[in-house]
Amino acid sequence: MNLLETIIALSYVLAAALFILGIKYMSSPATARKGNLLAAIGMFIAILVTLLDKQIIGYTWIVVGIVIGSLIGAIAARRVQMTGMPQMVGILNGFGGGASALVAVAEFLRLSGTQALPTDVAVSILLSVIIGGVTFTGSFIAFGKLQGFVPGSPIQFPLQNIVNALVLMGAVISSVAIVLFSPAIPVFVIVVALSLLYGILFVIPIGGADMPVVISLLNSFSGLAACATGFVVGNNILIIAGSLVGSAGFILTQIMCKAMNRSLRNVLFSAFGTGDAVAGAAQAKGDKTARSIDAEEAAMIMGYAQSAVIVPGYGMAAAQAQHAVRELAEQLMGRGVEVKFAIHPVAGRMPGHMNVLLAEAQVPYNLLFDMDDINPEFPHTDVVLVIGANDVINPVARYDKSSPIYGMPILDVDKARHIIIIKRSLNVGFAGIDNELFYDPKTTMYFGNAKEKLQELVAEVKKL
Amino acid sequence: MPESLIIGVTIFVLSMFAGFEVITKVPPTLHTPLMSGANAISGIAIIGALLVTGGENTILNTILGVIAIIFATINVVGGFLVTDRMLNMFKKKEK
Repeated sequence: MNLLETIIALSYVLAAALFILGIKYMSSPATARKGNLLAAIGMFIAILVTLLDKQIIGYTWIVVGIVIGSLIGAIAARRVQMTGMPQMVGILNGFGGGASALVAVAEFLRLSGTQALPTDVAVSILLSVIIGGVTFTGSFIAFGKLQGFVPGSPIQFPLQNIVNALVLMGAVISSVAIVLFSPAIPVFVIVVALSLLYGILFVIPIGGADMPVVISLLNSFSGLAACATGFVVGNNILIIAGSLVGSAGFILTQIMCKAMNRSLRNVLFSAFGTGDAVAGAAQAKGDKTARSIDAEEAAMIMGYAQSAVIVPGYGMAAAQAQHAVRELAEQLMGRGVEVKFAIHPVAGRMPGHMNVLLAEAQVPYNLLFDMDDINPEFPHTDVVLVIGANDVINPVARYDKSSPIYGMPILDVDKARHIIIIKRSLNVGFAGIDNELFYDPKTTMYFGNAKEKLQELVAEVKKL
Repeated sequence: MPESLIIGVTIFVLSMFAGFEVITKVPPTLHTPLMSGANAISGIAIIGALLVTGGENTILNTILGVIAIIFATINVVGGFLVTDRMLNMFKKKEK
């Protein structure tokens, strides 16, 4: 190893250490920003020393690529709204997976022309292409679902699971053929095409509210694709960084599944949330009535409470109501009400979605509580205000074994003394089941758009 | 099995464990920034893209390489910037 090679290799070690350190600093909101900066410095070092590699002989195209990519990335990062963060993360996953797959494709084309592919290189290339390809198209479908280009409800067709399995098997069998026999380009093209197709097929049957799981899983895939590419180009920094991301996404996937009491298999293959149960639920509604409430009455209940817990859900994000929520919390705290926020792990469309929105509205993060911390407090809470959440507060999850959400950990909102629910209608939530909490004598429904209703509520609280 | 592959697999396994250790300590409040930050890190594929693009190449490979660089740079730049923007908003309640 000459001096230059040594410097490059050691710089990669430094970059890897900075990545790990960066994530470690993410263990607290106070140090997280520094952690992100450290990881960014690590990336900068890694890119810089790579440019010194003697394998690189021309810089023109590299500069072109970096300039275009930086511009797009910087503009997107600046422009994206906090409510659009799930889409942003979704699409970034896709670009990561796409980049890894493209590198593997280029390496295949370069090597297949000159020599027989060594088995390990061939396997790495194919893994990178398959994982990266699936991540690429899968992320774009997830993006489309979140953005509303693609219907958020599960898209189904006959024999779906069988067709999907055949597509994936086709990609795997073609790959095996390449490894065992010859690196034929037409077969390789089939692998690429089937991987891209599988990415689409695998995300379309998954419903909108299951996107936290899908985004986490694709995040994991984008890391694993980078990892496989690391084996392709024989570069350890890719393996290290890729596996860090792979494990991050995997852990988040597990947390999300656990928060819904569903297996990953169930989320991916069962087309959950089709609303099949709606008919039965509507019948059950018959003899029950929900009480509705107006802004003045809601303001009285909340303004004179000692303790209030606010439960935000996807409805808050959809109505962009986070600033109105903060204003309400401020008004209440000004009156001496103890205000806390209860965040369910799968509230919203991605892990931590509610936290980011409330942070944007400048709600201090120490007012935000996780499910396990807030649940013991509901019995002593005067009033709970639920904003556009449904399944995560449905008590049926605790006892009704026939319910599709049975066993899912929920926020024990029903144990509070009074519950006010802001919702557009009595319609069912994502799981397609009725919520008995709406008809509980302690519950009052405050119907309307979350943002407008909160603004009216704030105005009334000010008058008290 | 070539030695480089053994080393690669060793690094892979150990990095997965290191990842699990540090990531399980990230609180749910920061899960979105964790994801976008991890996203940026998965843009490490840019290293592979640089090596492919800068080397001796056919036109097709250069095109693939440049697209890969663009994708990976969007990931890196967009990921780190948007994470920073988010983390900058997380404030504690001042007394």
